Amino acid sequence: MHCWIMAASPISSSGPRVARTMLGQVVLPGEELLLPDSAGPGTEGSAEQTLRLGAVVRPRTRVVCGPGLRRCGDRLLVTKCGRLRHKEPSGGGSGGGGVYWVDSQQKRYVPVKGDHVIGIVTAKSGDLFKVDVGGSEPASLSYLAFEGATKRNRPNVQVGDLIYGQFVVANKDMEPEMVCIDSNGRANGMGVIGQDGLLFKVTLGLIRKLLAPDCEIIQEIGKLYPLEIVFGMNGRIWVKARTIQQTLILANVLEACEHMTTEQRKQIFSRLSES
Amino acid sequence: MEMEMELGTSTGAGSGTDADLSPRGSGCSLRHFACEQNLLSRPDGSASFLQGDTSVLVGVYGPAEVKVSKEIFNKATLEVILKPKIGLPGVAEKSRERLIRTTCEAVVLGTLHPRTSITVVLQIVSDAGSLLACCLNAACLALVDAGVPLRALFCGVTCALDLDGGLVLDPTAKQEKEARAILTFALDSTEQKLLMSTTKGLYSVAEFQQCLAAAQHASLHIFRFYRDSLQRRYSKS
Repeated sequence: MHCWIMAASPISSSGPRVARTMLGQVVLPGEELLLPDSAGPGTEGSAEQTLRLGAVVRPRTRVVCGPGLRRCGDRLLVTKCGRLRHKEPSGGGSGGGGVYWVDSQQKRYVPVKGDHVIGIVTAKSGDLFKVDVGGSEPASLSYLAFEGATKRNRPNVQVGDLIYGQFVVANKDMEPEMVCIDSNGRANGMGVIGQDGLLFKVTLGLIRKLLAPDCEIIQEIGKLYPLEIVFGMNGRIWVKARTIQQTLILANVLEACEHMTTEQRKQIFSRLSES
Repeated sequence: MEMEMELGTSTGAGSGTDADLSPRGSGCSLRHFACEQNLLSRPDGSASFLQGDTSVLVGVYGPAEVKVSKEIFNKATLEVILKPKIGLPGVAEKSRERLIRTTCEAVVLGTLHPRTSITVVLQIVSDAGSLLACCLNAACLALVDAGVPLRALFCGVTCALDLDGGLVLDPTAKQEKEARAILTFALDSTEQKLLMSTTKGLYSVAEFQQCLAAAQHASLHIFRFYRDSLQRRYSKS
């Protein structure tokens, strides 16, 4: 009979690993991460320790768990597959603080407070609109949440219209709520999206990539044709150029951007600008 | 986005523990497996998994809207639908659905998305033995692809005990038919703990433990395959 119980360690890649060394690498659900512990004196032998909440963590090294990570007791666990990312705290780079999150490629949107999204009005009921944003339930939008709207002066919103708005209430236990004004009561670009144009869906990862502060794709696309474009964090893009043909080209290029290398993209853009 | 890879566990180098697993003839190794993720455009997550000639295609929808009658106020409703290759689902499919659902419920963090539904639709493409294990593996990869929050990964391993006490991992349909007992385990990736087990036939307690130990060892190969294929998927973007 074979001996079936063998040492598991050589192949299993489980076991906690230091978060710092994993940055930019793919993490899988169930993995445990360690944070560098800057507590110092007592733990010289083991510089890295499992994250401990409460008394052991010094108030200065504040770690924020972003999407795809969760705390279970004193451990930091991965719940989604993707690349581990980290952002230093704004107050200056001290020890192990900052925000950690997992950059995953998912298609389903889950409402997050403060996100700007593109929704489709599905129903009008009294003083509320129901807006489909691609989440698990439609968001509600008050008719007073538009710039310049009063009880007398209702905004002109029809069923089927596209709305660019922001979430003010979004948590797992409540119905999400949208508004089309900022805290000063200004539209600030939000509201009903005009006629024509094309709405299409991409993955949430691509939207985040396009909305990154120094995204080259957007700058390159701006040089191609004059265009109007709206990005919703829920994976929806609305684009409008001068002609239908240009609009379709832009939509196809944006959709294809996700799986292109920088050189491939440059090639396509140069070919398009020639024609 | 697409990836296709064959990871022959029998020829895996570098682990040092493969010596006993190498000859497929003696039945102590897994068949070749392959997988592809995100191959369907409509579902939120999809995967196809191949184990030898057994193949299953899975689509995952969720967290999505839920029917009021099925709504659970403090966690997500998990639904599993198993579609046979031909004909209508029967008792065997319903039983498998249940086993897959209980396994998924053990790892999915449903409390993060209360009052939503997570639907897993499995389509059997071809059955050449160890079907339930293949369904479990495919379901896991599709859940990962959909970005559903998970406590851990899981995998399925089928063992068959033949008449003279020999143990066959990942049996083919023919080996299953000749077997005295068939045991299927679902194991998690963190500690290789048992999530679900289903058995058919006669076996002793010692044999059960032996099968479980073999499955736990085999699961490490499957999890390594998961890691390799997911890494490949994310290296493309």
